[in-house]
Amino acid sequence: MPLIEVIELTKRYEMEDVVVHALRGVSLTIEKGDFVAIMGPSGSGKSTLMNMLGCLDRPSSGRYVLDGVDAATLSRDERAELRGQKIGFVVQGFNLLPRTPAIENVELPLAYAGVARKERLRRAAASLESVGLGNRLHHLPSQLSGGQQQRVAIARALVTNAPLLMADEPTGNLDSKTSEELMAFLVNLNNERGVTVVMVTHEPDIAAFAKRVIVCRDGLISSDTISTDRRATK
Amino acid sequence: MTLWSLFRLAVRGFIRHRMRSLLTALGIIIGVGAFITMVALGRGANARVAQQISSMGANMLIVLPGSNQTGGVRAGSGTSGASLTDDDVAAIAQNVNTVKWVAPLVQTQGQVVFAGANWSTSIIGTSNAYLDIRSWPIESGNSFTQQDILGAAKVCLLGKTVVEQLFGDDDPIGQSIRVRSLSCQVLGVLTSKGQSQMGQDQDDVVVMPYTTVRRKLWNQAGTAGNGVSRILISAVGPEATKPALNEVQALLRQRHRTSEGQPEDPSIRDLTEFGQVAEETTRTITLLLASIAAVSLLVGGIGIMNIMLVSVTERTREIGIRMAVGAKGSDILAQFLVEALVLTAAGGILGMLLGTICSRLLASAMDWPALLGWQSYALGFGFSAGVGVIFGFYPAWRASRMDPIEALRFE
Repeated sequence: MPLIEVIELTKRYEMEDVVVHALRGVSLTIEKGDFVAIMGPSGSGKSTLMNMLGCLDRPSSGRYVLDGVDAATLSRDERAELRGQKIGFVVQGFNLLPRTPAIENVELPLAYAGVARKERLRRAAASLESVGLGNRLHHLPSQLSGGQQQRVAIARALVTNAPLLMADEPTGNLDSKTSEELMAFLVNLNNERGVTVVMVTHEPDIAAFAKRVIVCRDGLISSDTISTDRRATK
Repeated sequence: MTLWSLFRLAVRGFIRHRMRSLLTALGIIIGVGAFITMVALGRGANARVAQQISSMGANMLIVLPGSNQTGGVRAGSGTSGASLTDDDVAAIAQNVNTVKWVAPLVQTQGQVVFAGANWSTSIIGTSNAYLDIRSWPIESGNSFTQQDILGAAKVCLLGKTVVEQLFGDDDPIGQSIRVRSLSCQVLGVLTSKGQSQMGQDQDDVVVMPYTTVRRKLWNQAGTAGNGVSRILISAVGPEATKPALNEVQALLRQRHRTSEGQPEDPSIRDLTEFGQVAEETTRTITLLLASIAAVSLLVGGIGIMNIMLVSVTERTREIGIRMAVGAKGSDILAQFLVEALVLTAAGGILGMLLGTICSRLLASAMDWPALLGWQSYALGFGFSAGVGVIFGFYPAWRASRMDPIEALRFE
């Protein structure tokens, strides 16, 4: 069973008299363990697709099955719960709650999942350890570098053992060296722990780290290719 | 998220933003403080009035003779020919069981003289029950006996003011004074009762057996028999004043053969009613003050709502992150509601502290009792928490309805 199965997904936004078709019927399958980059110019529908895959929004029509759960018909609260269980988010820029120590940022999904506090702190510490921030548990985001902040976000994404990691422009605010380090980290995660990564980016050299590159255009997938010259990590 | 973690979250948030939290809660602090102070002072005023009323006499009724009417001209009360008598007093004591004490009253004015000093005062002739009715104990010496009453003995009790005027610091007990032309032995001194509500000096008085006043001071042919100017009655309890009044009235109408529809003769006044009116007035004022304080609480609540709305907008990104990692609308709603509640509850506690200090200070400055009951604390605290829920709800609801996509994009 694939992790993600999308069939004829459409999304319309109706603004006064104008109807905008953000997605015009996208079908897509992503297997477990894949590393997918979604690219495309702005207005191509890549962000909308990302929101659909991340269960942040509801499609106008079509089917979306995430890890065996039909996500297209869920209510707001059911989607929130599903996000908590299945998806870890790493978004552009400020991912973390300000003035909140790293460990408390990481335990957040567990708190909403109803895990007891002791267990939460234990797992959050282990997760931070696994991203190499075991000695930064009680640092505030403002005391961490940009790359470290993104790694805290990744630790938060991993703490629930979610099968899917969604990254929206994860290197958006980072310099190229830190960006490459972060990508190396994600590739490593994908290789060693089998975490499925779906990443939206507009930088081809970042997308080059992915196993598979999907390009959107005008609300449709215009190309879907397996990388032949995948960029190696140092 | 459990309520406990939400609570910890809120408390930590406030510690991180101390100044802003304090300013936000200031409206509530002042509101609750004002509320507690107003209620405490109002209740103090109420208690003081009640105390003054009860000093007039406990559960007291006064029977006055009816008014006289000659050819359409009505004289005031107490002028009726059908005046009250000793027999009326005896009949009331015997027949009305809601009555605790009955005392006849005959009054006059006169000059009292001792050695070189003299003083004009009012003279009350009555029985021992009078002192019970007015809850007016003897300070030193003794009261007169039943024997003194029967024998119209030449004895008297003196009020504090009279003692001061005639004796200064000397002990008057056992001394002989002249009341008008009558030589009287002083048996006892009454405790000080102070001013009445009308400003009369209640201690400027000489109390004697009513028989003595009637036979030896009134000297009026016709009335010197067994007439009394008024009858004081004390009912067995505060609730008994109404039934006692009705029963005494029925008894006296029958005894005085007042026919149906004729004006009341004699007439009976319920002094507790007077007290109730006074208490009612102070209660109304308390209520008024409390509602003004409540308005300030309301304003405080609106202040909280305002700040919270700003804070929700400011924290859009945080809300987005929380939603992305699995927070439901209800989680966000609960988080902001708990914040509002913690803030207003903390404000309420500080306000109670402020109110306690203020009412103590004002009470000592104005020489006025401040009654701080647990009720006003409970009400003040409940009110502030209520304000927190009501005015915290809208911002919290707005936060909970945010679109996670928009919220995550918010910079």
